[in-house]
Amino acid sequence: MQVKEALLKYGSTPDKLIGAMLGYQRNTPCNYLSEDDIREFAKETGLPLSRVHSVASFYSLLSTKPRGKYIIQVCYDVPCYVNDSVNVVKDLENKLRTTMGHTTDDGMFTLEYSSCLGCCDKAPVMQIGDKLYGNLNSEKISEILSAYRRNKNE
Amino acid sequence: MSNDTLSKKLLTSRFGKIKADSIDDYVSTGGYSVFKKALSMSGDDIISEIKTSGLKGRGGAGFPTGLKMDSVKQAEGTPKYIICNADEGEPGNFKDRLLMENDPHQIIEGMIISAFATGTNHGYIFIRGEYIKSIRTIEIALEQARVKGYLGDNILDTGFDFDIVVHTGGGSYVCGEEFALLVSIEGKSGRATYKPPFPTTCGLYNKPTQINNVETFCNIPHIMDMGGEEFSKIGTDSSKGTKLVCLSGNVVKPGLYEVPLGTTIRSIIDDLGGGVPNNREIKMVQLGGASGPVIPKSMLDLKLCVKEMNGNDLSFGSGAIIVMDERIRVLDILKRIIEFFRHESCGKCTPCREGLTQMLILLNRFIEGTATKQDLALLDVLIETMGQASICGLGQAAPTAIKKVLKYFPEEFEGRIHSMDSVTV
Repeated sequence: MQVKEALLKYGSTPDKLIGAMLGYQRNTPCNYLSEDDIREFAKETGLPLSRVHSVASFYSLLSTKPRGKYIIQVCYDVPCYVNDSVNVVKDLENKLRTTMGHTTDDGMFTLEYSSCLGCCDKAPVMQIGDKLYGNLNSEKISEILSAYRRNKNE
Repeated sequence: MSNDTLSKKLLTSRFGKIKADSIDDYVSTGGYSVFKKALSMSGDDIISEIKTSGLKGRGGAGFPTGLKMDSVKQAEGTPKYIICNADEGEPGNFKDRLLMENDPHQIIEGMIISAFATGTNHGYIFIRGEYIKSIRTIEIALEQARVKGYLGDNILDTGFDFDIVVHTGGGSYVCGEEFALLVSIEGKSGRATYKPPFPTTCGLYNKPTQINNVETFCNIPHIMDMGGEEFSKIGTDSSKGTKLVCLSGNVVKPGLYEVPLGTTIRSIIDDLGGGVPNNREIKMVQLGGASGPVIPKSMLDLKLCVKEMNGNDLSFGSGAIIVMDERIRVLDILKRIIEFFRHESCGKCTPCREGLTQMLILLNRFIEGTATKQDLALLDVLIETMGQASICGLGQAAPTAIKKVLKYFPEEFEGRIHSMDSVTV
């Protein structure tokens, strides 16, 4: 998807900027907005580059650094923490052979912390794309990860 | 008390009984009948009914909804806007997500009635970007309502035009704050502004704007259905109606519960939530979410009631109850909370931006056992400064949990002061 297409689809007025950037980012191979992308958004919307960059770097769901195909967001907050989210992170780091904030060597997954995902009744919780996974334990995490890996190989 | 009397179902009465993507299911259970009735009333009569009900905002601040609607109706300037704040991001809260995903039309109906009462033609639902399923569910529901003619131009031939647009958040907790939310809808970085003026007179694009929480809007059709008088019989003198409570943490049955206001925290944890797993003792409970106070187990008989909470210098905020058992380390919990706020601070004002960084440095000293008595005094000053001088609710409320730990669990800090320092010379 080109920046122009995203603006056509999501709207090009200033109030549609966040939605358009989110929509555009979802369709990039590395889940992020490059410097060129940001310049293009400024040019196409007529907004100052400083403002477009400010928006791109302010919001957590927008990234200015390349990421993996799938973003694994693990909740960082207290309801998950008291339900052992620390071990969920350790387990993910072991299985993915990467550390929090980084991307796996094959570019499949980026591991990120997220603020509360609003599923505290199923803590500990993580989100991958638009899918939420709750009541996590090591076994469940293995199943989820291999399902994504299988998808890739199909 | 039996669970039946404890959980009074109003807002959640359709949960599990209707399909969220079926407007017909909503209509067949009485949905959209109230708004038809309301459209034959005058705006003032509707607002008067809401005032009689005693409904207060459910997002945490607890401002009387009828008064807010009145201000918007009286305010000069057009167009007027109405915004449903569905940017639920307060850790420990998931009620708005479940309201959107289980009964989206209830929200829409509440918004239409409110907009009609205040003479507003433009609506927004601001949904946090992480809530992908909620966004889809609401978008489907809005389209269904348009097809039925409940949204759009000349609704039911009354001459009233009203439509609602979904605005997706970009992943920012501070955007739940009114002014940050407004600038975010305008497509800018969500940073807070000084108040007053308030949104009711100077909101979106500087026009009169009614902003309410999802749960608040959901109450409106029920009030119009049963009448403000009848609604006001539920709850206590200072807190009317029911409250959605998000129970989480170390509890056997975490989940969403709807209870009459005035219910005690203990009965929510024990009678509805089944208590703490493995019969462990409760260490502390946090009310409202990360920005809310913590209380010790000796205070669990407090009621969800504004007057009683205020009397104890507490609040129950948006209704989250996070239970923490005896195994937790209190300072580690505080560290998580402050880290959350430091990440989410918009960075505009110094007390919040720098205060949170300094607070973490101080907290770490207590965790490592290198803190001095002076650090304890500094912490007090920092809490006071942030509470007084931060621009918005984020910075003002961020130190709440620390403040209450210092009050109810002073030994957690005092016990971590470096021993050399505590020797009096």
